[in-house]
Amino acid sequence: MNLVDISELTVSFRQHEGLVQAVRGISLRVDAGESVGIVGESGSGKSVTCMAMLRLLREPPARITAGKFEIAGTDILRADNRTLASLRGRVAAMVFQDPMTAFDPVFTIGHQIIETIRTHRNVSKAEARAEAESLLRRVEIKQAKDVLGYYPHQLSGGMLQRAMIAMALSCRPQILLADEPTTALDVTIQAQILQLIKELQAEFGMSLIMVTHDLGVIAETVDRVVVMYGGRVMEQGPVEAIFDDPRHPYTQALLRSIPGHAGGRRRLTEIKGASPNPANPPTGCPFHPRCAAAESACRESMPVMVAVGARHDAACWRLQ
Amino acid sequence: MTAPALELRGLSKKFPIRVGGRLLPRYAEHVAVDGVSLVVPTNRIVGLVGESGSGKTTTGLMAMRLIEPTSGQILIDGKDISRLGHAELKPFRRQMQVVFQDSYSALDPMMTLAQIVAEPLHIHGLMTARAQTEAALGWLERVGLDRSYGQRYPHELSGGQRQRVAIARALILRPSVLVADEPTSALDVSVKAQIINLLQDLQEEMGLSILFISHDLSVVRSLTDTVVVMHRGRVVEQAPTEAIFLESRHPYTRSLLDAIPVLHPRDRRRRTFQSAETIATGIPRLSARDLAAPAMPSATPQLVTVTPDHRVEAIVTA
Repeated sequence: MNLVDISELTVSFRQHEGLVQAVRGISLRVDAGESVGIVGESGSGKSVTCMAMLRLLREPPARITAGKFEIAGTDILRADNRTLASLRGRVAAMVFQDPMTAFDPVFTIGHQIIETIRTHRNVSKAEARAEAESLLRRVEIKQAKDVLGYYPHQLSGGMLQRAMIAMALSCRPQILLADEPTTALDVTIQAQILQLIKELQAEFGMSLIMVTHDLGVIAETVDRVVVMYGGRVMEQGPVEAIFDDPRHPYTQALLRSIPGHAGGRRRLTEIKGASPNPANPPTGCPFHPRCAAAESACRESMPVMVAVGARHDAACWRLQ
Repeated sequence: MTAPALELRGLSKKFPIRVGGRLLPRYAEHVAVDGVSLVVPTNRIVGLVGESGSGKTTTGLMAMRLIEPTSGQILIDGKDISRLGHAELKPFRRQMQVVFQDSYSALDPMMTLAQIVAEPLHIHGLMTARAQTEAALGWLERVGLDRSYGQRYPHELSGGQRQRVAIARALILRPSVLVADEPTSALDVSVKAQIINLLQDLQEEMGLSILFISHDLSVVRSLTDTVVVMHRGRVVEQAPTEAIFLESRHPYTRSLLDAIPVLHPRDRRRRTFQSAETIATGIPRLSARDLAAPAMPSATPQLVTVTPDHRVEAIVTA
């Protein structure tokens, strides 16, 4: 059974410019224990997809529709608030990009983790406290006991991100959703946090959904990749296939634009133009205005996903 | 030999931080930058790398005299500008310009793009108003925006387009030195390459000297000629870019390089991370005889010259 089973998901926002379609009909399946990366640029709809999975968007202005929208067998679209509340944290927990705004500044780290544990599980305060301390230790915070008494502003960004991961793990979720968990961190801390997330995923047997704009993070952490652009999935497949044999022109261009590790000063390969405006998306394939291989069909309609390899699909008219 | 475009000599910045007492505050000194010396030769791009808190941005701002150094000298084309007053400094301001990370807060939201790009000409009293606008529109074109953008406002642009405007404004005075402080870290991958290429092209066309401040080592590798690594306010290593990537000597530089994400999933590896203590104990010990320039033996680390263009923080033994 798929832990996450989503088809034809759309998310739109009612704004004064009109209806902005952030996610335009995507399908996503995640198996138990699998790690999936959703990669895309700003405006690709990757974060909105992630937020929609836990129904964390304010509705309205957001409006979510889907053919199928199930997480661990629960229909997310029809679930009532109580069901959603027990699902968040217990089934799927999220780690956000900016730990400083994700924690409440007026409560201690310990208070917030203990509260999370006790909301979802029937344990005494002392037990919850002991568990919070051992979780902080597990995320490699050395003075775990002291840190329980700290307020968020007393910790560095890297330490706070560790504490947020500890909080996410506190209810033993089946799925860990990480939305750009390392973007705000220094390179060395980023590498440490990514390694920690990978270890914990294996140790707890969780599924991991890693949302990022950084192909380096994808190369480091996940088994399978979903490439999003302009609210649509352009290509998906096993991580090796995506890096070795990308089939969609957007994926190919994205991979070529990474600075790489070659020596010497040189020009980089750029993708001309800018990402589409979600309020006024191009017709047809959203990438066609920037695509060197665009044909007239690309301007007219969005191609369907076709298999291009084992568990490897892409949506491009040139592959039909 | 001509003087370098920009030279910093022993530049330091101490910030007072309150350590207690609200009514009768007591202050301690926080040393943000500690005796930084570096050279940006004419027509070269120098990368200044380090993590947050390493002092790299403070160093860049001091080089532009946007914050005042506590001690040390700043030389533009060999002339010391570190003690000049406001009026004496103004002609030098034309020669040194800066591009910031956050293009949104760097551009005045009430001004059109043509006004924004023309403003430096206006401030320095160059050209007629009509010629200023014409020059601004020309620069918008040169950085890859259509002339029609002149009538637009910053909020109508994407991050990459705003950064192009910031670059046009910085270069319209034809400065000799540009400080670029993380100009691409807020940009999407596909746009980042565009801005790096633009800087690369303009640098070559104008013979610019750029101090490129960044924590993104892959970008630094493809853009810069020389790299200066800062750690806790001090320069710990400085060498031609390829030497930094292939033959770095300092444990902090190596830990930075080791943290760069892999390019392909098959290169994944388990990393062992170094603590600040292991970095401190890993500082190389070099014999004074092996150095390319004389240095006094000392138990405290100092920046020494190992080959004529490679300097590293080391403990010098007899």
